[in-house]
Amino acid sequence: MKVIIMGCGRVGAHLAAMLDGEGHEVTVIDTDAYSFRRLPPAFKGTTLLGNGVDEEVLRKAGIEQADAFVAVTQGDNRNIMANQIARHIFNVPKVICRIYDPLRQELFDTLGLETVSSTTIFAHILKEKLEA
Amino acid sequence: MYIIIIGGGRLGYYLAKALLNEEHEVLIVEKNATVCETIIGELGSICIRGDGCEATTLTEIGTGRADMLIAVTGDDEDNLVSCQLAKHKFNVPHTIARIRNPQNEALFKKLGIDATVSSTNIILEHIKGEVPTHPLTHLLTIRDKGLEIVEVKIPPDAATVGKSIKELSLPPGSKLALLIHKERKPRIPAASTILQAGDQIIAVTTPESEEALRTALRGA
Repeated sequence: MKVIIMGCGRVGAHLAAMLDGEGHEVTVIDTDAYSFRRLPPAFKGTTLLGNGVDEEVLRKAGIEQADAFVAVTQGDNRNIMANQIARHIFNVPKVICRIYDPLRQELFDTLGLETVSSTTIFAHILKEKLEA
Repeated sequence: MYIIIIGGGRLGYYLAKALLNEEHEVLIVEKNATVCETIIGELGSICIRGDGCEATTLTEIGTGRADMLIAVTGDDEDNLVSCQLAKHKFNVPHTIARIRNPQNEALFKKLGIDATVSSTNIILEHIKGEVPTHPLTHLLTIRDKGLEIVEVKIPPDAATVGKSIKELSLPPGSKLALLIHKERKPRIPAASTILQAGDQIIAVTTPESEEALRTALRGA
């Protein structure tokens, strides 16, 4: 599977390393080259410096052949916009994004994006732990 | 009309001022507290501090009864999300987004944003129009009809100088509306009108036949 990950923060880098380890073809995009330090030395995938909300950058990352696109930058809006580009302009089959703001997540869920809100998930886990 | 403006930068500020002059009800949403205070100091209490991409902020300011939401922050992604929220959560009838990257126009349109304004494109066209050798300048786009009004200059070395309009193979759907010659009065070109060096032609065309129109008027 060819996967493009936008945002090489802790989550992005970790996901990239896992998929790479399983033999998938991974490309990671970030606006800051320093972020790529988070990738393990054994990472065999591609790193690309650029902004994932720019169609040219996505094309360079090979989005036209991608099977999946994941947006995990710090910016909810950037993730939302990149996902919509991947879906509506490039017709990528599987598109997922992280949205911190639960209200925004709710809306874009109803608009057909596949979203994950780490905020709600983490709050739930903490609550369960407290009650255990 | 109740008009909400997202982003209180220079563009948002002057836009608010102009809309207030037309006696609209205007509210600016701005993230930065200092910018907010300046606007309130100068224009009165028409600005609230908040994030225009957050549903709670938009609920507080009564977006549900807004006639129009205009997002003019410096970030395309923020403008997109504000407009999508307004459109889909609050059913605002008219949403307008400023875009910095001209490529985003197609995406925004596809996602249901009613209108986009690309300052980059507008400035580019103006500069290109000032370059004397630039072959074709966009003057106006009539979006809902898919038409545009363009200006084509005829250079002295054009293959079409001395030819009449009927000799040109104009693409279908393109109409020549006006011919401006530097010494004569502007006139509507007829089939027998002869093209001269330095003529400016104002034409109505579609984006698809723009290139063919340019070739027809100036020669290959």
